[in-house]
Amino acid sequence: MAEATLTAPKREYWRWKEYNWRDESLDWRQANVISVGIDVGSVSSQAVVLCDGKLFAYSSLRTGSNSPTSAQKALESALQETGLPREKIQYIVATGYGRVNIPFAQKAITEIACHARGANFIYGPSVRTVLDMGGQDCKAIRCDERGKVTNFLMNDKCAAGTGRGMEVMAELLQVPIEEVGSASLSPPEEPPPVSSTCVVFAKSEALGLLRQNWSKEKVLAAFCLAMAHRTVELLSRIGVEKDFAITGGISKNVGIVKRIEAELGIQALKPTIDPQIAGALGAALFAKALYEKEGAGKASSGG
Amino acid sequence: MITAGIDGGARTIKVLILQDGKVLAKSSSVTGFDQEASVAQAFQSALQQAGLEREQLQHTTATGIGRKVLRTASMAQSEVTEMSADAKAAVFLFPSVRTVIDVGAEEGRAIRCEPDGRVKDFAVNEKCAAGAGTFVETMARTLEIQLEEAGALSLKAEKVIPMNAQCAVFAESEVVSLIHSGAAKEEIIRAVHEAMADRISAMARRVGVEREVVLVGGVGRDIGFIQALTGKLEMELLVPEEPEYVGALGAALIAAERASSQGG
Repeated sequence: MAEATLTAPKREYWRWKEYNWRDESLDWRQANVISVGIDVGSVSSQAVVLCDGKLFAYSSLRTGSNSPTSAQKALESALQETGLPREKIQYIVATGYGRVNIPFAQKAITEIACHARGANFIYGPSVRTVLDMGGQDCKAIRCDERGKVTNFLMNDKCAAGTGRGMEVMAELLQVPIEEVGSASLSPPEEPPPVSSTCVVFAKSEALGLLRQNWSKEKVLAAFCLAMAHRTVELLSRIGVEKDFAITGGISKNVGIVKRIEAELGIQALKPTIDPQIAGALGAALFAKALYEKEGAGKASSGG
Repeated sequence: MITAGIDGGARTIKVLILQDGKVLAKSSSVTGFDQEASVAQAFQSALQQAGLEREQLQHTTATGIGRKVLRTASMAQSEVTEMSADAKAAVFLFPSVRTVIDVGAEEGRAIRCEPDGRVKDFAVNEKCAAGAGTFVETMARTLEIQLEEAGALSLKAEKVIPMNAQCAVFAESEVVSLIHSGAAKEEIIRAVHEAMADRISAMARRVGVEREVVLVGGVGRDIGFIQALTGKLEMELLVPEEPEYVGALGAALIAAERASSQGG
């Protein structure tokens, strides 16, 4: 206790805030179908609860070392203060990196399918290209007007253009992760991008630039430019058809989003719902559809 | 004839002084932010060891990622690529060598060479830390072990555990979770060596691996990596005593050729 007052805890700049949300105007008791989607990613986990296909509650937490526990915690956090008991949930679909390891989910569906479906819900049926920028991977997805995947490309080998890469840079420059994007847009002019794609090399390059008296903001600008460029290369390989939308944690980084838009010459749709929950949201929509299909079968045999 | 080779690497600068095929002196210094000062320091110390003045050098050739800077700073009269320098020195040291694998701090290369030490074909990785010395260094730091002890520790591993991450940043998280899951340090560092050997051997196969094969560059000091790469390539590797000086040796050999052709 005394120690805590003596030494201030070391600030962890990469550490993004965990959160949950619920729609207090919705009454789950009126709902016919309560479906849940859980996205256990390599860095963060989200749970989304839908009442008759309407967004009721969600959460976003850090993924722990164990997928089932992370899924459990995300669900508990989403249900917090909703008064909705677990047993009222009719169908759970798991997605994301840890999806196959969630014992209480009825089904596992790939995150590619879930992100496309979730983006369709968030941004509307005009979306044809979804860029999902996650914690440890980046996916370029093409989809139809129903949110069905028609093609996709993925980078899951390299930290460049992922949330982990951003965390590394936030920590190095001691800029809170939520402020990286806006800080990177503050220099009056765009510097040349860092020449390294690799985050490890970009780190040493950034140190060199700081020694040359570059401001943190200017270094961040150079880094974000390189990461945006890397992402646009991935997108270009699959082709970008409008409308274009970004999901995943980095969709909240305005420094990356603006630079991707500038390089593509295409504006990304502006979200009205948190785009980081797109995967879990898509999973919850699939859960609803699956329940209706399987549930309808049961109902008819019972009648 | 007395010549010098300077290898301006990403992490260290190496200087080697050569007289008629005999190494007179060598010295290295950390590549600081002031590269010229670092070179001057290494150069001075090599000259001192050899008991020479700078004017006595007939030709100096620079190689490595910093070779352009060295050339502009008039530290060297000419420059040569890392591939040419490596191939030249490798065949000089081991005449039977046809493939050179060079793993430095921030780059990896595989070079096929002619019997006379000219380059036939090569492949380079300079984009990704997972195929360079930085990878082992970063993982050693995460494991809280010294880089120098990584090799010996790796040899003690009783089993090979897989490493899924292909990126140094992701691998760091994976190493942390392996530590938490209770895996032994020697098994984790072995996994790191195996992962890196996978990438280097894949690069070598792209140019074709022809006997004999020599491993050069600073990572050639890591017995754990040597062992892992030997396993992946399924052939014995030659490793010179001071593998980090091979680039500088090649540059000095090329400097001698250039000096004699100019003289003639």
